[in-house]
Amino acid sequence: MSMSSALTLPPDETRRSGFFSRILSSDPPRSWVLSLILLAILLVLAATPFLFSGSQPLSTAAKICVFIVLVASYDLLLGYSGIVSFAHTMFFGIGGYGIAIALEQIEPTWASAGIGLVAALALSAVLAAAIGLLSLRVRAIFFSMITLAVASAVAVLASQMSEITGGEDGLSFQLPFELRPAFRPLEDQLFGVTVNGRILAYYLIFFVALFVFLLLLRIVNSPFGRVLQAIRENEFRAEALGYRVVAYRTAASVLSALAATVAGALMALWLRYNGPDTTLSFSIMIDILLMVVIGGMGTMYGAVIGATLFVLAQSYLQVLMAAGSEALEGIPILPILIHPDRWLLWLGALFIISVYAFPGGIVGRLRQAKQ
Amino acid sequence: MIEPLLKLSDVHTHVGPYHILHGVYFDIPEGELTMLLGRNGAGKTTTLRTIMGLWKASSGEIRFGEKDITAMSTPDIARSGIAYVPESMGIFTDLTVRENIVLAARSGPVDSARLDWILGLLPALKRFWNLPAGNLSGGQKQMLAIARAIAEPRRLLLVDEPTKGLAPVMVRSMIEAFKALKAAGETILLVEQSFYAASALGDNVLVMDDGRIVHSGAMSDLVADKALQQRLLGLSLDAHQ
Amino acid sequence: MTDMAVDTSATAELPRTKTDWLPLLLVPALALAALPFVGSGSTWVTLTVAGLAMGMMIFLMASGLTLVFGLMDIINFGHGVFISLGAYATLLVLGPLAGWAAAESLGLNLALLGLCIVAAMAVTGVVGAVFERVIVRPVYGSHLKQILVTMGGLIVAEQAIHAIWGASPIPIPLPETLRGAFVFGDIVVERYRVVAVGIGLVVFIGMQLLLNRTRIGLLIRAGVENPEMVEALGYRIRRLFVSVFVAGSALAGLGGVMWAFYRQTLTAGMGMEVMVLVFIVIIVGGLGSVGGCFVGSILVALVANYVGFVAPKLALISNILVMALVLIWRPQGLFPVARR
Repeated sequence: MSMSSALTLPPDETRRSGFFSRILSSDPPRSWVLSLILLAILLVLAATPFLFSGSQPLSTAAKICVFIVLVASYDLLLGYSGIVSFAHTMFFGIGGYGIAIALEQIEPTWASAGIGLVAALALSAVLAAAIGLLSLRVRAIFFSMITLAVASAVAVLASQMSEITGGEDGLSFQLPFELRPAFRPLEDQLFGVTVNGRILAYYLIFFVALFVFLLLLRIVNSPFGRVLQAIRENEFRAEALGYRVVAYRTAASVLSALAATVAGALMALWLRYNGPDTTLSFSIMIDILLMVVIGGMGTMYGAVIGATLFVLAQSYLQVLMAAGSEALEGIPILPILIHPDRWLLWLGALFIISVYAFPGGIVGRLRQAKQ
Repeated sequence: MIEPLLKLSDVHTHVGPYHILHGVYFDIPEGELTMLLGRNGAGKTTTLRTIMGLWKASSGEIRFGEKDITAMSTPDIARSGIAYVPESMGIFTDLTVRENIVLAARSGPVDSARLDWILGLLPALKRFWNLPAGNLSGGQKQMLAIARAIAEPRRLLLVDEPTKGLAPVMVRSMIEAFKALKAAGETILLVEQSFYAASALGDNVLVMDDGRIVHSGAMSDLVADKALQQRLLGLSLDAHQ
Repeated sequence: MTDMAVDTSATAELPRTKTDWLPLLLVPALALAALPFVGSGSTWVTLTVAGLAMGMMIFLMASGLTLVFGLMDIINFGHGVFISLGAYATLLVLGPLAGWAAAESLGLNLALLGLCIVAAMAVTGVVGAVFERVIVRPVYGSHLKQILVTMGGLIVAEQAIHAIWGASPIPIPLPETLRGAFVFGDIVVERYRVVAVGIGLVVFIGMQLLLNRTRIGLLIRAGVENPEMVEALGYRIRRLFVSVFVAGSALAGLGGVMWAFYRQTLTAGMGMEVMVLVFIVIIVGGLGSVGGCFVGSILVALVANYVGFVAPKLALISNILVMALVLIWRPQGLFPVARR
């Protein structure tokens, strides 16, 4: 689809293609408003340590970076392959536990972080391939149910094997020295900010996330990605054309799982902790679904918009709702409806409406508005 | 001339992105057997499905008796008196032969005289009465499908290729069954690929090609006119079987 | 409808239908195979009864889902909400009739349980009708959207439960005479489990009679196989869809009541938690098959109980393993449902 759009680009846009186009795998945002929003998100995330003080904004920014990868990799399955997995948090958790267990049990060095990551990636790949081959050969709907079952079994297992995983309490661990707050790479301040290991850790997360995102963008725009979309549109036709649907979908599932594992590793690195609530829980799975659908299925940029909006809302909207709820005290019903505990209620409703009315999510709306 | 029982005027049907019927016109007179012939993909099955409302006509009008049924739902069309035997026969394989017929008789139990008549027409069913219909052979399933269609008196039977894939002996008994139905005064629209079966049965004939009716007239005229047969069917039918 | 008497004397010489015995034999075979691992015979009996009771409860919760899938090709990931909702609906009865629960009378206690069930089925039936109309109907035909939208329905409904009954777990005690256990020598059988087995059996037999002996049942079975043909015979399948969806939701509500008294705590997420087992069961049984769902429920529950006793940490994994083995043996489940 982006091939045809490349042909119809107005001349001033084609002239600029070259570098940016190559980085974006010839899949530009295709809407000025969307481009501006994405650019703003990119710039703010890149400059967060220097724009805001305090740890809350930096943590929020790091979480946004991690969730962009997590949601984008989920969209590879949901939006591009048309299959619904409920095991995405399982792979997210495997990444987190990989880092946490390695750094806690071996030693807080880069080498052990590497070992943890590689082991986690291997485990994720094997699990994803096994689930895919077992369930996708029958029908795509089995995949959804089986991922749900396996993911919950793994979650229970993780909380039971407390000697290794720390059980319900999770694992806190030390980072490699260069990522600790005490590490000062520069003698002087930079733009009025003391650069420490914490900021380095943020940039590690930022650049890895950016890299994985661009990689995912490349995958969905590759011939492989086009076959996935052809299967999504018409499974039988793709099969008739000689594409092995099960193999393609399983491969997509493995790639998606690997990216989620990386996201989990980044999350653990940032939090210096990993536990069931931060990576494995089913409520995160629901959050991912909300982000993908609201941002826009079937476009990687939707993941950026969805993740950014959602994490910001999670961090700040609930505070706003609490204030509103207090302000409206005395009026019947209203305070209950905008009570901060109810925010998932509204998101759920928004989610249902999105699936019905704007299957393209926010990105789809923006692109439509352009036409 | 008396009003036809079924009348299609300028019916167009789209299935997904494909435009299949391009303005179909025909009349089915009451009490006669009309054959609908044409090569694969000519639009015969689509025509029957459109009459049944399983695919909706995108334009045009289908009148059944005094009613316009173009936009009616499938169950309502069936209730107005049309029985349909699809090409796949639509047998419920998990249900017994008896249960299949019980379901087909929507308004209540089949009275024994009618049941005797049906089983007289299609004797093979008797032996399998309480067996799951999935155990029947292709020809027996076809008989069950027809038995279902006539379980209750209906005003029109639509039957899609009842002889397809059947052994010659089964084809012959199928032809006998339709002859008996015709003699009983049923109005039937029969889709057929085999000219042998068609010429043995039809009062009238419609020939379709590319989603249009390209010929309509009396079957006897078509049987007598070799040149016309050659022109219409040479390209579109397995002329002898 | 049985007045269609036909001389079928000739049937004797015809090939009979082959009943698929293998999956049925699996259950006793498994139970026997577990005996040496469990060791003591009395423990084995206790575990087996516990497994049967759990299996019945899972069957109650799963049967509606599998039927809805079979007939309508709808996969309802929000089914768990009806389980939770049914469980919470017991509060409507337990509140005003607290005296009945405390009474030392089996009659009053069972009547109370019965009223809880009636209330739960009424609530979940009504909510099911709304859910079908608002959430499910616009997405017939698209599995992807069904999964997403029913998941959205689940989120909203769980939050609604929080808004109505609060987010913290609510304890619900078993009625007085249903507590405790029957003891026969070494064998201990909890009373409530006997009740659960009884109710499960009644529902299963009722469903079998309905599906095999009534016109509605024939229509449902025919509709599972070929909904289009059912319409072409003049039946309005929409109405059938809605009634089956409502019945399926009400059955989930019934299962929710049984499950709630078993756990003796209410949480909004309890439905979703048990959905994991429900999904495993309907995959094992064969999507759309009520009989398969029954066998699958018992199989999965027995395995969970035996393994839970022999190697507690492997209990949940063992279910996944059962599912994987069944799928390798029969990729469509134990009793695949014929579909065009």
